[in-house]
Amino acid sequence: MTKKAKRDTTLTVLLIIGMIIFLQVANTTFDSYEKQVLSLMAIYGIMAVSLNLVNGITGIFSLGHAGFILLGAYTSALLTIPSEQKIAMFIIQPPSPLIANLHADFLTATIMGGLVAAFGAFIIGFPVLRLSGDYLAIASLGFSEVLRIFALNLQSVTNGSLGLKGIPNYTNVWWSWGWLVVTVIFVVSLVKSSYGRALLAIRDNSIAAEAMGINVFKHTLLSFVISAFFAGVSGALYAHWLTTIDPRITTFGPTLTYYVLIMVVLGGLGSITGSVVGAVLFAFLMEWLRVFEQPFTLFGRSFPAIQGMRMLVLSVLFVVTMIVWKRGIFGRSELTWDAIINFFKKFGKKADERGVGK
Amino acid sequence: MKRILVTLLVILSISIFAEIRIGVLLPLTGGISAFGDWTKKGIDLAHKQKNTVLGEKVTLVYVDTRSEKTEAANGMARLTDKEKVVTVIGEIASSNSMAAAEIAESRKVPQVAVTSTSPLVTQGKKFISRVCFIDPLQGTALAEFAGKNLKAKKVTIFVDIEQDYSISLTNYFVERFEKKYKGQVLKVQYKSGDQEFSAQIAQALSFGSDAIMMTGYYNEIALAAQQARSMGFKGYIIAGDGADAPELVKIGGKAVEGLYFTTHYIPDAATSKLGKDFVDAFKKEYGTLPAMNAALGYDAYMLILNAIERAKSKDPVKINDAIRATKGFQGVSGTINIDKNGDAIKTVIVAQVKDGKFVFASSIEPEDLQ
Amino acid sequence: MTINFTIFIQNLLNGLMVGGLYALIAVGYTMVYGILGLINFAFGDIMAMGIYFAYYGATLIRLNFPFAIVFSLITTAVLGILIDRLAYKPLRNAPRISALITAIGVSFFIESFAVVFFGPNYKPFLDVLEDKTIAFQSFIIGNVYIPKIIFIILGVTAAALVVLFLIVYRTKIGMAMRAISADIPTTSLMGINVDMVIGVTFAISSALAALAGVMWALRYPSFYPYTGFVPGLKAFIAAVLGGIGSIGGAVLGGILLGVIEMMLITFFPTLMQYKDAFSFIILIIILLVKPAGLLGKRTVEKV
Repeated sequence: MTKKAKRDTTLTVLLIIGMIIFLQVANTTFDSYEKQVLSLMAIYGIMAVSLNLVNGITGIFSLGHAGFILLGAYTSALLTIPSEQKIAMFIIQPPSPLIANLHADFLTATIMGGLVAAFGAFIIGFPVLRLSGDYLAIASLGFSEVLRIFALNLQSVTNGSLGLKGIPNYTNVWWSWGWLVVTVIFVVSLVKSSYGRALLAIRDNSIAAEAMGINVFKHTLLSFVISAFFAGVSGALYAHWLTTIDPRITTFGPTLTYYVLIMVVLGGLGSITGSVVGAVLFAFLMEWLRVFEQPFTLFGRSFPAIQGMRMLVLSVLFVVTMIVWKRGIFGRSELTWDAIINFFKKFGKKADERGVGK
Repeated sequence: MKRILVTLLVILSISIFAEIRIGVLLPLTGGISAFGDWTKKGIDLAHKQKNTVLGEKVTLVYVDTRSEKTEAANGMARLTDKEKVVTVIGEIASSNSMAAAEIAESRKVPQVAVTSTSPLVTQGKKFISRVCFIDPLQGTALAEFAGKNLKAKKVTIFVDIEQDYSISLTNYFVERFEKKYKGQVLKVQYKSGDQEFSAQIAQALSFGSDAIMMTGYYNEIALAAQQARSMGFKGYIIAGDGADAPELVKIGGKAVEGLYFTTHYIPDAATSKLGKDFVDAFKKEYGTLPAMNAALGYDAYMLILNAIERAKSKDPVKINDAIRATKGFQGVSGTINIDKNGDAIKTVIVAQVKDGKFVFASSIEPEDLQ
Repeated sequence: MTINFTIFIQNLLNGLMVGGLYALIAVGYTMVYGILGLINFAFGDIMAMGIYFAYYGATLIRLNFPFAIVFSLITTAVLGILIDRLAYKPLRNAPRISALITAIGVSFFIESFAVVFFGPNYKPFLDVLEDKTIAFQSFIIGNVYIPKIIFIILGVTAAALVVLFLIVYRTKIGMAMRAISADIPTTSLMGINVDMVIGVTFAISSALAALAGVMWALRYPSFYPYTGFVPGLKAFIAAVLGGIGSIGGAVLGGILLGVIEMMLITFFPTLMQYKDAFSFIILIIILLVKPAGLLGKRTVEKV
């Protein structure tokens, strides 16, 4: 281990410890609404990082994220809901016996959710990843809609549009932030491995990568499956955060994928830390911008409530980021320790030059 | 002197800060915002008429759910934790009410849903009640009306697979209609947002249906009715309370003439003084007749104030007990009794579209539906 | 259920009508793709704006219906040019994915804009007409009811396509468009103002979207800010089916998609609830078996 690597590991460990302390403090001092939003930030973070692995790092443009989130959410929810509850809420068609009797604890259910989503990605990946560019985007969007339509129709498995309710409220800040840390560490180590370099090579020029002897299909499939696994995990956390899910277009439709895309773009396509920041920002803005949807005062003048203002602000931010800022907050670069230390050094120098602190 | 000043300050601050905050969680944008708008109008009118209870000022706090589940959950948490409301009115759609109900339950804050008719909404919950009847009752009432009043034998049901409301309405209709009236039923499916219904209508025609039942919401009902009429369907068209919005006639025009639908309230059927006064006041305030959601929003607000008075307390748990114990509450949409599950037991009203207006056609008492 | 002849004919005609609508939108889609290689994801929303402009032209400015259509064509064309100039032009040299993501963003923006400024609720389109029943009259032949609107839609689609073909194949600007779709740098070396031609393409395709929107709203007379989403997606599938970039292909793809959708329900009514899944599955199969679509040219990516 080089000196720098050692320093970085130490700093990362320190950061995680700092985060644990922060979460512990938050857990005791925040009210439950704030805790709820805090958990949601991490869930969005997992969604964004996993989408970024495919869209930003491998450079294939998938719009099927909502489908994998749905798979994870349903799998895990069906595993944790007590069977009496399942029988009580399947009022149109009784649940199939297998569904009614399955049960698992939260961690197993979350991992199962991830695995089922990963398996789904494996199956879908074979046709979809053979396509290129825009076609791939539409085909993956199509598959995610097909999944949703099946969820609407398979009454005895999903309870159709009546949805599932009474999902135990297991997701708290520990689970969500814990999984976010796992996701980030996993994806970062993946990117740093030889696999990750191959993925970056594919992003930058897939034909050249192929010529260099990288099996493009195998690599993209791998990143697609891993991304789906974490999307499934985020779905499981999301289901146990929301406690009721249904397969409607407003819950798991393309809009959800677009939201995740907004987070990724805001943070910077290709930057993992950027995705986390983008997700936190998105969850924060969605709540904070509510101010404009109630009567508000600005510069001493009072305005009536403007319904729909939040989405307008976010969409403007999205488009402007794409056009002006092009690369989002972090671009393709990561927020590394080097960058932070350099930033502070520069800052310190500037401060010195200006004679501050003397 | 100093003491007087302090006392004055205390009194002043009490009169400023002594308020009872009621949260309102509604879809003010998104797919079903029309219903949200009407409900808001009803609640605002009620608030204007009566804005004090237990001698304290009532403040309304609105939160938009954008017709989405995540937003409903976050909105509810915001109302209970940040805005410190003692009761919440809302949501409209059953699935959103359910997402919010979980939060209300854990915070022990009562929630009064407006038109969430799915039986699952109150199942196993102690803090959510509603001022509307539920789908089993409505579906059965529709079957009763189709079988007894319309003497229908063959009914084609348009099922919106994306709406739990539509699925359960269909289910309870079929149960009653096949068993009691020995009728035949053909189910055809569509999805919210669909606009072309000709294939389904062609099937309904070849089935020889004497009635088509549309179980979804007004927009699809209006479009499907137009297409059915232009394809030569001459039988009855019936629908549930999803049809009850003025937009039905605006979009459907002539094609929805004669359409029957079950609903919670129509201004035309208001016979009590209370009901008539509400219609007059609403007309004066907004220049239009109240829609069903406006009346239910009005009732939800008044019922909560009534419960607070009975509870003689601002404590959410006590208010909830009072809401759940509501018996014989006189609302503008009729008498409301809340049963042990938190569901309202109410008369089902059958309305008809005549000359572009909703008029009273019939009413079905809950006792007739056993 | 037995399929009787009446149902078959009725569904075939309705399928043709729906197909005509898809085709009209798909042509606009494919024109922009042909020239820029950009999937204009916001195209469905531009169509929705066309409906709003026609509606407000008739109700607010009190134009006659035909003038309201002209008003809508012009304003939507201007909107198309604006979108290109502000959102897509800065990204001409960026990776194609950036342009696609921006297009999604533009789509989001238009929808949110409409929610705030036009209101989130459904609006009745028939308000633009004096005689509100006109869209729902039918010819009755035997026991087959044929809605008159079918002929209006097919007629308008055909007329619009003839005009479009004339523009693309008989005018200088059309020649420039075809040249750009073959090779942008060379075209600009030939002294052609590429930006102007791209602007004209956006104007024509947006005007087509507005026309399609008005036709769409005549058949389905209620609209709201998200009205463009489904037609946009279907039209995209149609364009890919026919071979994206090819105008003839878009027409063929649109009509085929409309008829196939309707016929699947006719022959397999039990699968009705999976209807929307069909069109995506058709799309994926076409992409895998014949990625260039029915009439498209196969291109090899150059390194």
